[in-house]
Amino acid sequence: MKTKNGIGLGFFAAVFYLLSFFPQLPVALGLKVGDTAPDFLLKSTSGKLVGLKDYKNAKGYIVVFTCNTCPYAQAYEQRIIDLHNKMTPMGWPVVAIMPNDPSVQPGDGFDRMTERAKAKKYPFEYLFDEGQKVFPTYGAARTPHVFLLDKDRKVRYIGAIDDNADDESLITRRYVEEAISAIENGTEPDPNLTKAVGCMIKVKK
Amino acid sequence: MQKFTRLGCPKIECMKKLYLLLLLVFACYGLQAQQIVESFDDFAPLLKQTQTDTTYVINFWATWCLPCVKELPYFEQLQKSTAQQKIKTILVSLDFRKDLETKLNPFLKQRQFSALVVALLDSKQQQWIEKVDSTWSGALPATLVYRGALRKFKEGEFENFDELRDFVQEFLDPKNSNLRHNK
Repeated sequence: MKTKNGIGLGFFAAVFYLLSFFPQLPVALGLKVGDTAPDFLLKSTSGKLVGLKDYKNAKGYIVVFTCNTCPYAQAYEQRIIDLHNKMTPMGWPVVAIMPNDPSVQPGDGFDRMTERAKAKKYPFEYLFDEGQKVFPTYGAARTPHVFLLDKDRKVRYIGAIDDNADDESLITRRYVEEAISAIENGTEPDPNLTKAVGCMIKVKK
Repeated sequence: MQKFTRLGCPKIECMKKLYLLLLLVFACYGLQAQQIVESFDDFAPLLKQTQTDTTYVINFWATWCLPCVKELPYFEQLQKSTAQQKIKTILVSLDFRKDLETKLNPFLKQRQFSALVVALLDSKQQQWIEKVDSTWSGALPATLVYRGALRKFKEGEFENFDELRDFVQEFLDPKNSNLRHNK
């Protein structure tokens, strides 16, 4: 009926009009454990365009939002490399995504990313979130920030890599590795969500 | 016969004591007003003081966090411009333990903040981040303002002093004319 359609359309028009005042949705509207994560196609420092679908034999994916410039992320750089080297043979590769806006944070530009990846011989793909479209859909809030996905891209763990950024010798929990063990044993990661200090992701205001 | 100084000790002993005292004074001055807290439990009481006439402004930052460093002067300005009001600013540094001597101390020495600085070294972040605020992701900077039971938390930086002033305004007496932004 025309009137009903008119009211329906009017309602949606009003909603979209109001939403236009809020161009940036809060990052808190990201993935929760149990959600299905979106795939993506991003430029890697290795020269390729990479998405999760390119990992044909993966049992899951360790998606890590990280960057060049955050000292906190730098403190984890070697641990991220080690995590990839340890877990890839088991079918769990690290996929690193750099979410910052280089115009706000020049040290995170694609050229600098490529320099660093070469200098440190990154064994994983280091992807540039061009236009900063991917990190908001995941809800990454800081660097580093891990989203552990199973092979159906279901989120199984979100948070820190381990429980001591400051001192590796004092680590008591290796959250990502433990989560992967749990999944392989058919149980749920515990904890499946952890919080840690890190750098805010840099967006243009 | 030994010469006694006015301090009542033999001259040489006295000189030694005076020297040590001066050394201690200089050492304390060099360290500035920084408290090192190893366990969050020791820090937690600062998050729940009950005096209803004091507004607590607690900012979480680190020398490695550039937006944090950029907004620190606004907190200093806030503390200074509301000296007559009851406001207590605490700057909580989350610098790494290994950077205390090489990064945090020199930074504080250079800046000479009047606000209290606490270096929180409790590495069990997974446990205490939630206790500051359940919505906090852990990203820096973050600021908690409270007075008695009234509480507000912000994750992210303040762009300028006015933004910070506006954020705390409701905690202070709105009729107070001391707090005006400087043009």
